[in-house]
Amino acid sequence: MLRRGFADPVHEAQAAFRALLEATAQPGTLVRLPEPETPPPLAPAAAAIALALCDAETPLWLSAALATEPVRTWLRFHVGSSLVADPQAAAFAFAAGDEAPFERLAIGTDEAPERSSTLVLTVSAFGEGTALRLAGPGVETETVVAVAGVGTSFVAWRARNHALYPRGVDVLLVAGDRAMALPRTTLIREV
Amino acid sequence: MFGGLDLYGTSMTPRSRPDREPQDPTTARRHWLAVLARAPRERLEAAIAAIDPAPAWSRLRGPEIGMVMVRGRTGGDGAPFNLGEMTVTRCTVALPCGSVGHAYIAGRDHRRAELAALCDALLQTSLFARLNAAFVEVEARRQAEARLEARRRAAATRVEFHTLARMG
Repeated sequence: MLRRGFADPVHEAQAAFRALLEATAQPGTLVRLPEPETPPPLAPAAAAIALALCDAETPLWLSAALATEPVRTWLRFHVGSSLVADPQAAAFAFAAGDEAPFERLAIGTDEAPERSSTLVLTVSAFGEGTALRLAGPGVETETVVAVAGVGTSFVAWRARNHALYPRGVDVLLVAGDRAMALPRTTLIREV
Repeated sequence: MFGGLDLYGTSMTPRSRPDREPQDPTTARRHWLAVLARAPRERLEAAIAAIDPAPAWSRLRGPEIGMVMVRGRTGGDGAPFNLGEMTVTRCTVALPCGSVGHAYIAGRDHRRAELAALCDALLQTSLFARLNAAFVEVEARRQAEARLEARRRAAATRVEFHTLARMG
């Protein structure tokens, strides 16, 4: 059955946008997003990101585990985005753990680096699991965050992604109703 | 806000006649959606109030007000052009059984949009026969009569212009 989106569409979308702005400005910061009624297995925070940032002009890509009929129907109705089969064509790619199509995402061009995909990666939890040391713009010296279920090839891919600057993929990690941004400028090393 | 909804443009197929039994489910639904979109609020209220037990529903989206671009066609070749924007209220509701109803109505009456969406959802359930006979058919006939009446009044004021052929 089709569920509703945000209870208060205008204010909750604005609150989600503001929180994501905060998260992106300070990589490694955990923010809590307003919770829409979400069709499983889409994480509430991933759904909030779709509602706040996506519309008919942002093609979406879903990984196999997320591309269930309830999720597709919900996204088509509330977000109005087209769902594409090729992650290269997607403005936002939603995936869980190891399913992320790291090397197949759009990285933009030197003239238009903003035309890259944003990866919304669902992880199992924050505060446990792999410890990551973050450095770069928005982080004063360095900060350590722990993320569980980020996928085995994530750190190695991020190093390659970092070297592409100004091109590259921005990442939003989500678990439950919480999100953390790891923009392309953030240097990640495993502790 | 709602994008280019093609109200009178290329995608419009001839409206099914209320006196003819519609064949496939899409045609049937198109017919009742057209009737519900034009039904006045009091009649929708009365139709819903007559249902026993009273239906429960939840809002999936709206009611919310926006604009749609109305497109027309130029004479002759029929090339589409933008006539102008109109105010539209839309609403989507769901019944506990999972039936989803949509409504797009002209104007800014929230309640009317919600009731029309509710009627659409109910018409997709086992209540169809009752609600269709008691409300949609009656309302369709009333709207057809009103249209005919307006046309009659307009026709009474028609002026025929004759062009005289010039001689020589």
